[in-house]
Amino acid sequence: MRSPFRPSQPPDPAILDDHRRLIRLIERRGILRGGLSLGMLAMLTGCDVTSQPAVDKALRLVSSWNDRVQAALFDPNHLAPTYPKSMILKPPKFNAYYDITEVKPVDVQTWKLELAGLVSDKRPWTAERLLGLPEKEMVIKHICVEGWDYIGGWSGPTLRSFLERVGADLTAKYVAFKTADDYPSSIDMATALHPQTLLATKYAGAPLADPFGFPVRLRMATKLGYKNPKWITAIEVTNRYPGGYWENLGENWFAGI
Amino acid sequence: MHWTNAVAMIIMIMSGWGIYDDYVIIPGLHFSSTFRLGSWAAPSLLWHFAGMWLLALNGLAYLVYGLITGRLRERMLPIRFRELAQTVRDTLHFKIEHEDLTVYNAVQKLLYIVVIVAGISQVATGLLIWKPIQFSSAVTLLGGFQAVRIEHFIGMSVIVGFLIVHVALSLLVPRTLWAMLSGGPRLHAGEESS
Repeated sequence: MRSPFRPSQPPDPAILDDHRRLIRLIERRGILRGGLSLGMLAMLTGCDVTSQPAVDKALRLVSSWNDRVQAALFDPNHLAPTYPKSMILKPPKFNAYYDITEVKPVDVQTWKLELAGLVSDKRPWTAERLLGLPEKEMVIKHICVEGWDYIGGWSGPTLRSFLERVGADLTAKYVAFKTADDYPSSIDMATALHPQTLLATKYAGAPLADPFGFPVRLRMATKLGYKNPKWITAIEVTNRYPGGYWENLGENWFAGI
Repeated sequence: MHWTNAVAMIIMIMSGWGIYDDYVIIPGLHFSSTFRLGSWAAPSLLWHFAGMWLLALNGLAYLVYGLITGRLRERMLPIRFRELAQTVRDTLHFKIEHEDLTVYNAVQKLLYIVVIVAGISQVATGLLIWKPIQFSSAVTLLGGFQAVRIEHFIGMSVIVGFLIVHVALSLLVPRTLWAMLSGGPRLHAGEESS
């Protein structure tokens, strides 16, 4: 059968003469270059790049590379600026993945802080015992990933002193947290040992109020707000990457500031 | 380098708008989801913190190349006020010919310098917003965390403003577009391109 694409009449060879100049202009390099941009065009027509799983995977790969860059940028001896107590915002700003009206207060009588992983003394802690530990107070800026910030005054034992007390392996990679509001979280060991990382039990000198994590929450001066879980119920020291609530949804894990 | 930068800039601007919308600086100013890269803040942040590498590394290569070869100084300087005024007058009379594409007019030089400075400033303020505690003294120097956010926003506005003028003018002088795509202006017959 005759190809439907074949012209019914053969082209006049004189056409070639008419276009001799053009033909001379066709260069190999030009064709290569053209081919390259054609490839780019094919990529562009992928159009909604944001919803492609491959793109999402690549972006998360860069995000974990950024975790490593941030760990390198983190100076364990650099202290965050502190502020006078008069600048403390009262009450602090509430922020969670749900509204403040949905906060379920923790019953301090039955509450326990459990320990797991690379810790030698795994006996659970009562609130009373935790409140008996030596405290440190810090007035620091809380910076949210959204862009807002406020100054808050927090006190409680440093996480470092707590980890030392329970015989945690301080060479492990991660410290992970479980909370009463199902908000798992985890941080790197270097930040866990930073002097401005507290197991906060008080705000502005008074015990934490229910919406802000009573009886104990994490407060770090060197990480974004969402890295600070409230109503902690368990702490695990581990070498296996534990992830976290927002991190699993695509937020950056290290989130150092 | 120009087109890598163009892609990086568009990624940074559109993902930046996605991040901005989470906590606006100017009350009432939101960016429509059509112009945002990322369906919500987290993907926008992922794009922004991936695009930053492309923008910063390509920008660094451009500056190093321009400084070492002397190309930047040769193309951008000097800017004479009289030429500037003349070009503005010509433009207002719709005389926007661009005879020799290898030579920039005074307004072009000024705008290119402004946008290069804005780009450098965006990388610097961006780094400070990313790491306001690690670089706390620099943040204090620039007026605090919120001030640096606003400076980053102003830098974006300058670049977007430039982009609008830049694209409009290149469309008005279509010859420049071909030169941009082919890698250089067409030289006169007989001349060897290097």
